[in-house]
Order: sequence, then structure tokens, then C-alpha cells
Amino acid sequence: MSKYYDGEVAKSPRIAKLIDHLYAAMPEIEADRALLLTESYMQTEKEPIITRRAKAFAHILKHIPIVIREHELIVGSASKAPRGCQVFPEYSYSWLEQEFDTIASRSADPFYISEETKEILHKVYRYWNGKTTSELAYSYMAPEARLAIDHNIFTPGNYFYNGIGHVTVDYGKVLAIGYEGIIEQAREALHKLQISDMDYAKRSSFLEAVILSCQAVITYAQRYAALAREEAQACTDPVRKAELLQIADNCDRVPRKGASSFYEACQSFWFVQMLLQVESSGHSISPGRFDQYMYPYYEADLKAGKITREFAQELLDCIWVKLNDLNKVRDAASAEGFAGYSLFQNLIVGGQNTMGLDATNELSFLCIEASMHVMLPQPSLSIRIWNGTPHELFIKAAKLTRTGVGLPAYYNDEVIIPSLQNRGLSLEDARDYNIIGCVEPQKAGKTDGWHDAAFFNMCRPLELVFSNGMDQGDQIGPRTGEVEHMTSFEEFYEAYKQQMNYMIGCMVNAINAIDVAHAQRCPLPFQSCMVEDCIGRGMSMQEGGAVYNFTGPQGFGIANMADSLYAIKKLVFDEKKITLKEFKRALELNYGQGIDSATAEEITKRITRELLAAGRRVSEQDIAEIYKIALAGGIPEEERRKYQQLLQEIEELPKYGNDIPEVDYFARDVAYTYTRPLEAYKNPRGGQYQAGLYPVSANVPLGAQTGATPDGRLAHRPVADGVSPSSGKDTHGPTAAANSVARLDHYIASNGTLFNQKFHPSALSGVKGLENFVALIRSYFDQKGSHMQFNVVSRETLLDAQQHPENYKNLVVRVAGYSALFTSLSRSLQDDIIARTEQH
Amino acid sequence: MTQIDQRPVTGRIFDIQRFSIHDGPGIRTIIFFKGCRLRCRWCCNPESQEYDIQQMLVQGKTKVIGRDVTVDEVMDEIKKDLVYYRRSGGGVTLSGGEALLQPEFALALLKACKEFGINTAIESTGFADFSVIEQYLPYLDTFLMDIKHMDSRKHEAFTGRPNELILENARKIAQAGANLIIRVPVVPTFNASREEIKAIAAFAASLPGVTQLHLLPYHRLGQDKYEGLGRSYSLAHITPPDNNTMDDLLIAASESGLQCQIGG
Repeated sequence: MSKYYDGEVAKSPRIAKLIDHLYAAMPEIEADRALLLTESYMQTEKEPIITRRAKAFAHILKHIPIVIREHELIVGSASKAPRGCQVFPEYSYSWLEQEFDTIASRSADPFYISEETKEILHKVYRYWNGKTTSELAYSYMAPEARLAIDHNIFTPGNYFYNGIGHVTVDYGKVLAIGYEGIIEQAREALHKLQISDMDYAKRSSFLEAVILSCQAVITYAQRYAALAREEAQACTDPVRKAELLQIADNCDRVPRKGASSFYEACQSFWFVQMLLQVESSGHSISPGRFDQYMYPYYEADLKAGKITREFAQELLDCIWVKLNDLNKVRDAASAEGFAGYSLFQNLIVGGQNTMGLDATNELSFLCIEASMHVMLPQPSLSIRIWNGTPHELFIKAAKLTRTGVGLPAYYNDEVIIPSLQNRGLSLEDARDYNIIGCVEPQKAGKTDGWHDAAFFNMCRPLELVFSNGMDQGDQIGPRTGEVEHMTSFEEFYEAYKQQMNYMIGCMVNAINAIDVAHAQRCPLPFQSCMVEDCIGRGMSMQEGGAVYNFTGPQGFGIANMADSLYAIKKLVFDEKKITLKEFKRALELNYGQGIDSATAEEITKRITRELLAAGRRVSEQDIAEIYKIALAGGIPEEERRKYQQLLQEIEELPKYGNDIPEVDYFARDVAYTYTRPLEAYKNPRGGQYQAGLYPVSANVPLGAQTGATPDGRLAHRPVADGVSPSSGKDTHGPTAAANSVARLDHYIASNGTLFNQKFHPSALSGVKGLENFVALIRSYFDQKGSHMQFNVVSRETLLDAQQHPENYKNLVVRVAGYSALFTSLSRSLQDDIIARTEQH
Repeated sequence: MTQIDQRPVTGRIFDIQRFSIHDGPGIRTIIFFKGCRLRCRWCCNPESQEYDIQQMLVQGKTKVIGRDVTVDEVMDEIKKDLVYYRRSGGGVTLSGGEALLQPEFALALLKACKEFGINTAIESTGFADFSVIEQYLPYLDTFLMDIKHMDSRKHEAFTGRPNELILENARKIAQAGANLIIRVPVVPTFNASREEIKAIAAFAASLPGVTQLHLLPYHRLGQDKYEGLGRSYSLAHITPPDNNTMDDLLIAASESGLQCQIGG
């Protein structure tokens, strides 16, 4: 007998209606917030920024249109239109203005925008010229950092253009004492201040801003109570009428006061979650350990007979749908990197409590059930696994994986807890971690983690080694010497480390500039009042009010760099099959596989410079001729064959991801070239830098900016995903790949690592399939991997695998009682499987 | 402590497959032995049949099939997934080809596995002298044995060998107290009828201690390999049994009282 109820719970017919309503139309951009924000800002120019932020927030919440959608039990929408979005000109705006006419038709995440909205935004935007965080951040950046950004070594674009987000506030505090309680805390802190204190001005204005923001939220909820009553009065359906009156009662009480029921707790949670995303545009506002802070309300109501499991499930399902109602418009390029309208609201179940005991409860199961009911991308459901995780919870999670929805992600307490302690968290706080966004661990309600501060492309510094720090005619990196003169692998590797160190320094400069700009232009009093110790210190999170402060930019391309440096070590220095000079030329010419016009121009410029330097005269005609030859490959057949052979030799080298200790430990060392130097840096909030090794979906667009690499990867192809082996290079099955990835140091990459495995859901069929799946994850975690997730393999993926088998060598499918690697099957069998996938 | 034999015993295999989840409990590593006495027409590993090292065309490239390896070499590969065996209750399965044909090597390998506490299984035709089989039994946790047909003539027509020795061995293995699981490849035109499956199930149920029977639907995974070996595939005209047929046969087999399942 299971200790917990782990079976299915009936799905209310309401849920399908809510989802249909939500997805009926294309998401729309709305101007209300931007207009109200601007009105308020124009009236508060003489006041401190923290006061201006609070007043603007209050003005927005007082006047922004509110709406109760059909069939809703949990109310509160940031936009009139379902999945609509507001805009945030205080961070940046010009990109949106430039996209007004194309945004509805772009391929990634299109949005409808009305002519009226465009007109309002055009007017509003005039006010913001020179006033945004991004403009201030840019002015703070050092020239060398700007240069590195222009050359795509790293991109801090996320926080450069947007709010920070990436936080889990103390939801439990709001559920317990409500905003009246928080106002009380702020008042007490104010009372303790003396007007003669050196920091009285800043502290008092922050605390006043907190009080104003909390009052604004209370007013906003009361507007919903009034609206619900109004709609109830007009409602002829007695069932819906009763529902609306209940909604009104809920909004009267929460989030003003502590929740007195599970239903109120759900409504209170939702206001917090939604309004955080009205105050700022940051994504990855993560609910965190929802099963923990909601459980006391569930348990009490269940014991008192006030609620049924089915109704509790219906409320959870309603919240799950609402999490997909929130939306955010990004610029076209970022939309590619974060494709799928995703807000990365990570909600995690299971794991240990602060005492180190298992924290699983019935809500942990109902949360997984909710994801099965809604089958939507939000919340990003996660599960914490440790040695004491109940088997039935793990199996329930595996059943969700089996649906093919791509959730949940699995996290290993046994690695993450010590890795956080190593960053200065207390044991209790580390045990209470949750995940932000994709894979970033932190302690809720105490941390400002800046978890997604930048993407750092580890492949680009290697290109700089080959070019002696030059890129497209600019000296952007240090002069580490001409590779032609390097005589040992150690010398080459040292040059790579120098390029890495220099660029990491540039990245830190850029990120810190953005950090300061947010503190000065967009401190967030509402968010800060739910993060310790902002009230105690009288300081916003953005200025360093949180107990734990970090900055976590992520590196990607580990697998490519490990395989690349290994190839250079073997082919150039150990076996002496090719010189570095020849390798350099092979990379420039993309292994003879053809190049794009930009690269051809680059080569033309270089050759022209060399000719000029050699005292030769170069005419316009000569340049045109050189360009033509470069673009056409310009490579004699004999040389082309040589590169073919080089590619073949690289192909035959052992690769990361195949359980070969020598290569895997080499990869571990290569990862240190990013993770170790980063640890030494500090951020303006008094915290430390910590590395993550995960790319979101940026490995594709950023790979497009990267030339050919010595691991045989051709120019502009995607780079490897997270800490996963290079696509198609792991050919020994899932256990071998997992063993390899586990050989990296996951403890030092404390901002998170991401390991994707591709399975067709059919590989998990039957009880035995689930058991073996769970055992696979347990075994990876035994070896100290920190995260694992499983890609949904759709029909499209399988079709792509037929076209490009080289990228899918490790894709497991189940055929007639056998599990097999998809690409190893005959064409007709592959067609069979694709046909079968279509049926589901 | 057991004295480890220092002689390098070698055996001939053609593949080692990790993360195998259908041939015995848990996550397993399968060692594919080279050489078999049967010539089943549906065999999905035709490259396993000859003991000699062969060449096979795989996706346009010539591949050498078969290599001689020491027990230590195989153990190195097996040990890579120890943690997975422990977590899943899995282990090692000797398959083939026919692992009964290389007793010295197979026994040394099984003993080595047992020294590491690894769960062991064999997937076998049962076509060998019982005196050989007998030596394996103390080191095997699971014996997966095919019973393909009860009619010896039909058996011979499709596998090249009659079935008397196989049936006799099945009984002896069962009587010796082994954990014997009977598996039936369900091949249309050969044995995919209710009567034929029921006959096999009835025989399996008559074996002392046998409780499980697996029906393995015929598939075409091996078809390309015949071409690669320059052989013709005599079953090119048949299609795998559909789900309804399999469900129907499952019901028929279950009448024997055994626990029956589709797939391993």
C-alpha cells in the first residue's frame, strides 16, 4: 500500500473549456501598462526612483483594465486578451517599434498588434528616449566589452533589454500574513529608523515604497471582488453565479490577509505570481516549492471536510492554465532563442525539507496530475530526487514523461545541496532549494541570483586563438601568438585559456554595467518585499537587499570544445598528421564545404591586407576576383580531398559522450576553463559569480554565428546543447552518454547544468519501461549528475532524423517489443514508427 | 576467495549492446556470441550464424563482423554499467548466435560476472548437449529459452533442425530447478495461429516450475543485414503480426495458466 494517493484524479470538464478559450486567438500586444506607467512617471520626475516605481505600480494597478475570463475559478489577468501581453518601455522599446509591422507575421512567437496600440505606443515611447535601463547599461560598459558583444563572443541581451525576473519570492509569507502583514513589517522597520541615520533617506523611501506597492495590490484585488459581484448580479446561471460570489469573497480577503482556506491560498498565490509579472518584464518568475507552501492549507481543508481531492485538483488545474495566460513579447532574435512563448515559470515538487527528511506529500502527486490534465508548457514542472524519494512519486513523474510533453525535469538533491553550500548557503537553506527558469538552483525568498545573465560561446575564443585575437579585421582579444609558431599542445591550450580569461573579464564588465543600471533605474519594491532581507536592510533586491546574491552567466559548447581541443592534441601534436597552419586554413575554408558571403568577405579582406603588407598593388578588380574565388570555395580539388580526409580522421577520433574516460576527463578540464575563472568575480550587489552550463535554445542561433570548429563541426551549424554530447556523436546508447556527462564537475557549475536525452515516449511503455527509466535516472544521479530531462520526440523530429541521421544517432525508439536506435532501422521500419507516432 | 584463473580465455562475439531492456530483468548489457547451429529464417541477426569472422555491408560501408575477445575485455565493458544493474535489478545476458557453443569462454564470463554480484541470463536455442548446459546452470539467474514450434518437421523446415533435443533440454533445465522462461517468436506462416501457440504454451506449462511465457512478435529489423551479407531474405513476403493478432494469441497462450506477455 502506498503511503500517498498516487492514482489518477478526475479532470473537470471546465479545464478543456479554459484551454480552448485561451488558445482561440493569436496573442495580442496591449498598451495599457505602458501608457499608465508613462503617465505616472511624467508626474514624479522630482522624486526618488524607488518612490516613482511604487507610484507607477500603484497607478497601473488602479487603472489597468481587469477581466474575469469565462469559467474561471482563479482570477487575475495581466491583459484583456487571453495570452496577451503588456510592454515595458522602462527597460527598452526601440526593437518593438521597429517590429510593429512584422511582428504578427514573424516565424517565432508572433503577436497581433492593433493600429490603435501602435499609435499609443509611438506616443508613449517619445518619453522614454534616454531613460531606459538598457541605455544606461550601455553607457556604463567598457569599450572592450562592447566590442566583444558586437563580435558575438557573449550576449547579455536578456537583462540588457528586459527586466531580471529569475526569482522565487516567499509565497508562503503572503499566504500566511497577507499584504497587510507585510505592510506591518515595513511600518515596524520604519519605526526603528532615526531621521538622523546616515541611510535614512534611502531606507525610509524604500519602506514607504513597499507600503505603497502592497496597498496597490490590495486595491487591485478589491477591484476584482467588485467585478465578480457585478458579474454575479448579471448572471442568470445559478451555478456560475455562486462561483462568482465565491470569487468575490476570496478577493475581498486575499491577498490582503492570510489565506483561511486552500481555495483562498490558490487565489492569493495567483495574484502574487501574476503581479510580479506586471511590475517587471523579467521571465522565469518561478513558483518554486508549491507543494510545500500550499500543503498546510490543503491538509487542513481536507481534514475539516471543507474540500475534496477532486476540487483541489480542479483549482490546481485552473492555476496551471492561468500560468499559460501570462505572456511576454521579445525581439525577433531573442524569440528564436526562447521559442514557444515560454516564461519558464518553474514549479518543483518533492525533495527534502530543511531538516533533511523527505518532503513529498499528496500535493506533489496532484501537481504532476495537473500537468497531465492540461498538457501545456507552463508551469515548467520539475521534480527533486534524492536517495529517499518515494518510488511511487518517481514513477508518477515517469508517467508524465511518457506522455511526451517533455516534463518534468529531474534534479539531483545529492549534488545540488552541497554545491549550494559551497556557495555559502546554510545547510537548511540549501536543502530547501528550488529551481529557477531552466535549471538554476537557489533558495527561495532569500536570493537574487541573476541566473540568466548572459550566454558565453566557448567556441569563439578558440577561433580567436587561431586568429591571434583578430575577428573581422578588429583586434578584439589578446595577442596570444601566431598558431604557426606553437610547438606544444600545452602552449595552444594556454592560449585558449588566455582568450577565455580575457573574454570572461569583458563579460563580467558588461553584466555588472547592466546590474548597476537596473539598481539605478528599475528597483522593484513589490518584488523586494517578499525577499529577505530587503525590508530589514531597507534596500531593494536590485541594490543588494537579498541575503544571497549571485550572477550566473552560462557557458555553452563544452562538448564542441572538448572534442576540438582533443582533436588538436591528437592530430597536430601526438600523431603529427596535420600542422596548426593547415588546420587554421581548413577551418577558414569550412573544410572545403563552401562558405557564406560574410566569411568570403572576411577572407578577401585578409588576403588583400596580406598582399598590401607584402608590398603588392591590389586593384578593385583583383579584390572582386579574390572574393569570387573565396565564395566559390576557391579550393583546388586536391585540397578539397585533403579536407575530406581530415574530416574523416576527426570523425574517427574518440568523442565526448561515449564513456571513454580519457576523453571525458579531458572535457571536465575544458569545462574548468569557463567555470573556474568565473568564480573569482564579484557583482555590484556584493555577491559572487557562478557558472551554469546550459544554453536554453540559444545553441542554434549562436551556433549560426560561429565558424567551423576543429571537432569537425561545420560553420554556422548549432553547437552542442548544454553538457550533452555533440549531436550525433554519442553512439553507445543512453548509459554511456550519461556516464560521460557525469564525469564533468557538476558541483562547480552551481548555476545549473542541462543534460538532454532523446527518447521516443514508446521506450517507456509498460511497468517495466517505467522502472528501467527511473533506474536510468537514479544511476546517472548516483554518479553525481545534477539534472536530466527528456526531449519529446515528435513526428517532426523523427522525419528530421530520417533526413539528417547524423544528428540523431542516439535516439531510442521502441519497436515491437524491442528498443532500438532509430537511425539504425531500415527506412520502411522508420516509416512504420512515424506512422504510429501520428496516431497519438 | 575464489581463485581467478589467469589463463586468458578468449571467445568470439560480434557485438556488445548496452542499455538493453527486453532480455531479462532491468537494464542489461547483452553479449552477442558468434556462431549458431540453427538457421531460423526470420533470424534478425543473420551475421551471428556463422562462427567465422565475416564481412557485411552496412549503409554502404564494409564492416568486419566478429572479433576474439578475452573475458577481461568483455568484463571491462560490462562493468561500465554496474550502477545501472544495481539500480534496475539488471545485469548481463549472453545471447547470440548461441552462447552454449563456446562453453569455456561463456562459463569463465559467467563466473566473472558472479564475482561482481552481477545478475546473469542467457538467451538460448537450447540446442546443445545437456551435459554442456548443465555446467551453465549454477551461474545463471535466468534462462530464456525459445520454443519455436511443437511440430518437429515444421521446426526443421524453418530452422534447419528438428525440435526433439530442444524439447528434451527444456524439460531437463526445468527439472534442474532453473528459472526458466519460455519465449516464442511469433512468425506469420510459421506459428502465428492459435493452435500452434496453444500447443507451445501447453508444453511450457507442463514443465516443472515454469510460470512465464513471452510472445515475441516477428519484426523486420534484420532484413537489411541479409542483403549486406549477400544472402536472400526468404521471409520478404510476410508482414509483422498486427496488434489484434498478437492480443488474440496472448489470450490463447494464457489458457495454459502461464503468465503470458507480449514482448520481453
